[in-house]
Amino acid sequence: MAMFDQLSDRLQATLSDVRSRGKLTESDVDAAMREIRLALLEADVNFKVVKAFTATLKERCLGSEVLESLDPGQQVVKIVNEELTGLMGGTGGDLALASSGPTVILMAGLQGSGKTTACAKLARHLGESGKSVALAACDVYRPAAVDQLVTVGERAGAHVYQQGTERDPVDIAGWALERAREEGRDVLIVDTAGRLHIDEDLMAELSRIRKKVKPHDVLLVVDAMTGQDAVGVAESFAEAAEFDGVVMTKLDGDARGGAALSVKAVTGKPILFASTGEKLENFDRFHPDRMASRILGMGDVLTLIERAEQQVDEKQALDLQEKLKQDRFTLEDFLQQMRQVRKMGPLSGLLGMMPGMGAMKELKNADVDEGELDRVEAIILSMTPAERADPGMINGSRRKRIATGSGTRVQHVNQLVKQFDQMRKLMRQMASGKMPDPQQLAQMSGGAPRPKMRRR
Amino acid sequence: MVERLEHEVEAGAVSADGEAVRDRLIEILAEVASAGRAPIDLSGEPAVLLMVGVNGTGKTTTIGKIAWHLSREFGLSVVLAAADTYRAAAAEQLAEWADRAGADLVRSEAGADPGSVAFDAVAAARARGADVVIVDTAGRLHTQGNLMDELAKVRRVIAKQIPDAPHETLLTIDATTGQNGLRQAQVFAEAVEVDGVVLTKLDGTAKGGIVLAIANELRIPVKLIGTGEQLEDLRPFDSTDFARALLAD
Repeated sequence: MAMFDQLSDRLQATLSDVRSRGKLTESDVDAAMREIRLALLEADVNFKVVKAFTATLKERCLGSEVLESLDPGQQVVKIVNEELTGLMGGTGGDLALASSGPTVILMAGLQGSGKTTACAKLARHLGESGKSVALAACDVYRPAAVDQLVTVGERAGAHVYQQGTERDPVDIAGWALERAREEGRDVLIVDTAGRLHIDEDLMAELSRIRKKVKPHDVLLVVDAMTGQDAVGVAESFAEAAEFDGVVMTKLDGDARGGAALSVKAVTGKPILFASTGEKLENFDRFHPDRMASRILGMGDVLTLIERAEQQVDEKQALDLQEKLKQDRFTLEDFLQQMRQVRKMGPLSGLLGMMPGMGAMKELKNADVDEGELDRVEAIILSMTPAERADPGMINGSRRKRIATGSGTRVQHVNQLVKQFDQMRKLMRQMASGKMPDPQQLAQMSGGAPRPKMRRR
Repeated sequence: MVERLEHEVEAGAVSADGEAVRDRLIEILAEVASAGRAPIDLSGEPAVLLMVGVNGTGKTTTIGKIAWHLSREFGLSVVLAAADTYRAAAAEQLAEWADRAGADLVRSEAGADPGSVAFDAVAAARARGADVVIVDTAGRLHTQGNLMDELAKVRRVIAKQIPDAPHETLLTIDATTGQNGLRQAQVFAEAVEVDGVVLTKLDGTAKGGIVLAIANELRIPVKLIGTGEQLEDLRPFDSTDFARALLAD
């Protein structure tokens, strides 16, 4: 993940230095604290938050916990990890659920922060566990906002309650709640218009909507690339709307992430969800401990495993194993595997979840070219099942047809077939217990059917 | 900028009292902010404007405002191109603005190729003898290489139809965006040659200071500012006003 990259690099450098020193003196700790302070400020973290954070950190690091420890460097890392986790929300929060009737979730935030998209993503996320989710279209100001929510809401598998743009949003919200109750929905997510925290009229309207539907959760949607202004916005919304948690959006950008680190510290409210990409599925519970772990280069194996579990069907995996053993692995199988991995999320995001990625600087800065994967998929999809099962039968005229059908060139088709062949040879060797021929390996990595890494 | 001010005060060019220093700082800031400034180029026949930017920065709303100003204040005929074929109801949103602004709309079905919508709009504008075409595009994060490539392609499609077009490529920057704004401008400029910035949402509490860095380092000036969600909430950029607001509490 490109977000937090700069902070991550600097913190990891500081901590790696600390770990290499053996016993730590007070001045060693002081120096490390200074570096950490600078790193956080450069990451756009609110300066008041940085001051308080480093003060707490310093106190702990100068205590016996560290100085008398057998491995002070490692203790410091542990403390930074714990404090960074706490900064973003500690053990994380949870959505409060209704004991009877629908759970009402009210979404609020500035214009353009991503509320409507977040509503649909949250609806899909909650729907995954079998809940019946409905959405209320209370943005009557932004042109086509209702249409947008209807479209994305339905895509997310949720029912959308709307009454056009002529009614008072407070009344629409009340009506939607009635319908949700009548229809026995488990969750009602109320979308609202973007509003400035300094717009008294609109903030008053938000307050009225709150009183009308009595939400179990009020979520503030915050764009992760917001700069210093994030803190002022969060404070104002906290005062006017008393929100319970934050949804961070556009985390797939490369902003320094200071907003994400400051909001909880300033308002006391945790980040509950994170939106990490264009698609509806790019939406997760936010785990402060896992994020802190990623920033410090310790990876996020838990999320990686969760995502893999969601995609991999155990029986399919066993079948695949058999096929590999018996050299019956086809382009069709390859396509399925590639799709499963891609469903786990943008590949650049997955890389960031692997421990130790901080050390592999080159890989981290590469930009996985999803476009090339799209091309490989298109080529395989343009093949007939027979061709996928036996690429050897793909002669010149077939190659032309496949190239045309997939919008690529014959040389791309040639490349895919050749490299798939080399890959199968390699797998045959490994299956029979032989070490792969280094020359063949080199040939393969010269451009195997895997994503092209592009330097940013 | 601070160094420069220090030198001037030390050299006696600026008297060392609070007010004089402040005024001079405003002048310096304004100078940096107006780097490379030029008015919006409407000389083409039709003139083609391309709007680009990250998701949620105000492209579509800004297009509505520009169209309204061109149509109501200068009597120009405007065609809007709904080349955001990705976002749900994007064309409907632009249609509403076209209506309010008195402009024509060219659209396609969702998921269509954005380049083809731009092409159709320019062709339609030429056929009808319209004065201006404004092309809306989908919001995209600059970190997505393939989407930046797509944007470059849209630009090429337009350029093939009319040499020198698009005559004006405007990048919307949300005033609340932090340091990331500079990075956004760098990457978008690599993909499509940005001619100017529209600094949006200045009616909030953020001041958009990052445009100083964009003007200074990339020589891309701010041409317009957005100050609200209504048609009238658009003004030409005034560097002195901006500098004053930056220093105000």
